[in-house]
Amino acid sequence: MASVPAVETLPGSLTPRRSPPVGLTLLAVAVTALLVLPVIYLGIRSFDAGTEAWQLLARPRIAAVIGRSLLLVVSVTAVATALAVPIAWLLTRTDLPGRRWWTVVMVLPLVVPSFVYALVAGTALGPRGLVQQGLEALIGVPELPSIYGFPGALLALALLTYPYVLLPTMAALRRLDPALEEVSRCLGRSALRTFATVTLPALRPSIAAGALLAALYTLSDFGAVSLLRYETFTAAIFVQYESAFNRAGAAALSLVLVATAIAIVALEARSRGRSRYHSLGPGANREYRPIQLRRWRWPAFAGLSLVTFATTVGPAAVLLYWLIRGLAAGEELLELVDPLVNSVGVSLLAAAILLVVAIPIGVLLVRYPSPIARLVERGSYVGFALPGITVAIAFIFFGIHVARPIYQTVVLLLVAYVVLFLPTTLGAVRAGLLQVDPRTEEAARTLGKNPRQVLWRVTIPAVRGSLAAGAAMAFLLVMKELPAALLLGPIGFRTLATVTWAAADEAFFAQASSSSLLLIVVASLPLAFILVRRGSAGILRASG
Amino acid sequence: MLRDDSVSLDNTAAACRLSRRRLLRIGAVGAVGSAAAAALAACGESQVVTVEKVVTQTQIKEVPVEKVVTQTVIKEVSVERVVTVEKLMPPKQQKVTVYSGRSESLVAPVLAQFGEISGVDVQIKYAGTPALAATLLEEGSNSPADLFYAQDPGGLGAVEPLFAPLPQDILDRSPEWGRHADGLWTGVTGRARTIVYNNQKFTEVDLPDDMFGFHDSAWKGRIGWAPTNGSFQAMVTGMRAVWGEDRTAEWLQGIKANEPIEFPKNTPQVAAAAAGEIDVGFVNHYYLHRFMSEQGESFNARNYHVRGGGPGALIMVSGAGVLASAANPEPAQALIRFLLSDVGQSYFVANTFEYPMAPGVKTHPGVTPLDAINRPDIAPAELTDLQGTQDLLRRLEILP
Repeated sequence: MASVPAVETLPGSLTPRRSPPVGLTLLAVAVTALLVLPVIYLGIRSFDAGTEAWQLLARPRIAAVIGRSLLLVVSVTAVATALAVPIAWLLTRTDLPGRRWWTVVMVLPLVVPSFVYALVAGTALGPRGLVQQGLEALIGVPELPSIYGFPGALLALALLTYPYVLLPTMAALRRLDPALEEVSRCLGRSALRTFATVTLPALRPSIAAGALLAALYTLSDFGAVSLLRYETFTAAIFVQYESAFNRAGAAALSLVLVATAIAIVALEARSRGRSRYHSLGPGANREYRPIQLRRWRWPAFAGLSLVTFATTVGPAAVLLYWLIRGLAAGEELLELVDPLVNSVGVSLLAAAILLVVAIPIGVLLVRYPSPIARLVERGSYVGFALPGITVAIAFIFFGIHVARPIYQTVVLLLVAYVVLFLPTTLGAVRAGLLQVDPRTEEAARTLGKNPRQVLWRVTIPAVRGSLAAGAAMAFLLVMKELPAALLLGPIGFRTLATVTWAAADEAFFAQASSSSLLLIVVASLPLAFILVRRGSAGILRASG
Repeated sequence: MLRDDSVSLDNTAAACRLSRRRLLRIGAVGAVGSAAAAALAACGESQVVTVEKVVTQTQIKEVPVEKVVTQTVIKEVSVERVVTVEKLMPPKQQKVTVYSGRSESLVAPVLAQFGEISGVDVQIKYAGTPALAATLLEEGSNSPADLFYAQDPGGLGAVEPLFAPLPQDILDRSPEWGRHADGLWTGVTGRARTIVYNNQKFTEVDLPDDMFGFHDSAWKGRIGWAPTNGSFQAMVTGMRAVWGEDRTAEWLQGIKANEPIEFPKNTPQVAAAAAGEIDVGFVNHYYLHRFMSEQGESFNARNYHVRGGGPGALIMVSGAGVLASAANPEPAQALIRFLLSDVGQSYFVANTFEYPMAPGVKTHPGVTPLDAINRPDIAPAELTDLQGTQDLLRRLEILP
């Protein structure tokens, strides 16, 4: 199927394998050491527990819970991908009006904390929720079918995770050589068949990288599944902390989660194979001619509107309703300036640090594939797949015992964010680099540039879109991150996510609404800046 | 005694204004002025408090009798107070680090008030009680925390080995059933286990006399519970203490047979009861009042404290203890003293709808008074065997 000349899938490399610069290897080793810290902690804790912790695992209920987790992971990933790929195509290849605006809106679900979304979804769509009340008044519907359990969890998590797939896919679509699709069209294939047989195979690494993140996010999520009452493996871990104060039991269960995550990562790596995704020829260095949607623009518009309504507009309306109702009842709101400054500050810092770490590791991965490179890449997913509380407690352990000076400072919090979110940035960077022809870099070397100059002047400009996507994802994830901010932040450190949680947990709905609305609005601003500015700077491609 | 280090009146007045605004929400809290004075006196051993003038004006708006609903909160109260406080040698740069497992939305104002009155710099880390208990256990004696303020006795019990005994004057403020037997921690407020029900479908008389009444198949699919929740498990621990293992297992199995809807915690159960998605739920009492303060009397749920009494009508505590490793034990103790003072207790009564621990402070008028609840006599020590409860719940396939 992928018999497109420029997307060469022959195994082997054109250029002789070189050994990586020492600096890169050292950095990779250091980052890997950081990434395995949580696993080391889990090992220590579960070892303490002895056989008792493992007996927890040998129960039929646990097997059932693992099965439910896997079912949810597979379903959410499938639905999220099925949503994201067509949206990515619409936003990059067509003449749909307001594409940049839509792009911002479509990525926004990344910032919605899953517990807020689940709370709102339950209130609105519950059997006797707001929607039912409206319908009862209008046409006398006494009760809606329950969204609780699998359907609700699937809906919520698919809508919250599709941007993980959307962002890398859009970045890849922008970089793809337009000549590929033009040739296919000239040879008589329809736009749809061209997409399925030419574009899609070329997008595979980007889609797979995003799908992997959606899958692992689903595996680690607790907020949505608990409120929507679908018992997953993460729930079993939380029970150990929540009611048993049993760190050893939680650690033993978390190790099983780590193993599951590694299996999923290996599966994705296997699907990658050894294909090469950069174009070998010079390619056509020009912009895509957008596909005219004509009458199809209305269904497209309706589809995007529906997704927007389900992910942001609908929830925002419910939040606004809570806010107004609470204010009318005389509720006092919290002061939100500090949390706002903290949220934005730490998210920007974390996004910048993640980029700085991800670029060299990405180069190592793509240009100097080696066992250590593979180890750091696969290891990076472990932190992302673990529940945040597990990673936070692991860093408390190391912070208090070996890193006292940075304990309960922003520094340790940022370190934890690298461990928690590296794969989001690294995945985007890697997918971008895969589409850069190494011969372009080699040409720059022959013209007398040193490797660092090549990185700055050739490679990074070529993958700017991917970098922006990676940074945007990191920014949004840190904005809504909860357990690490609560446990690892400096004393008195409050973010929009922490105050939202504190309020929602005790049924202070007006307070929770004000901070989560602010979170969504504030997150969309830098997002709009990154995405819109990137658009106007022209679409950079790897080839040529 | 030195008198030149007196605290400015403005500062104290500000603190009082804060408490006044809070107090406006409750009905006639008698003798607020003297209560405030007593509280300030309790703020630290290094203080002398003189009350120069206390003016208390309480005006309760006339309400036609036929309109009074039992749950109505009378809000129209105005209280004017002038309190002069002189402090001896305010401790310079004193600070206290609090790990609060109770939500910022609930306790931030009262903790800030302590800071304002005492001049102590109050540093607070908020997170869930279990997460903070895990943090303290990892930190051990290196913990930067001075004080742990927990949502439930389970959280306090988990870190018990890390606590230092509290001074007797603090312990004396709470009843024996609400504090650790050896004085390692004390309750700050009480919360009742209760049954929340939809008041459009039922009145209290329709509800069973005791917890076993919910075994009736009429309740099939209509009950909510939260077996992973700490308070629920405390209730089950209470059941094991009062009823014994077998009878508790019998109760749990009977409820399980009625296919209860499982919730992650209390709040969504209260919401579901009001929406009519469930008929009854086993919860703590104060969430209902939280909902009603945002949604008013039309919120369609009420609490029922089971008539027959027993562990279903258990009263639990939220509480606090000072860590043995605390760098600032005195301000930490002063903080607990303040929380248990009449002013601190009145704050909770008015804002979190919980039961006061200290004698002489009245329960919120909208909340069922403690002596109207047929509660079991269970010592806090009997509520600590959480592991046994979890093993039971797991054996019955109720917990994952």
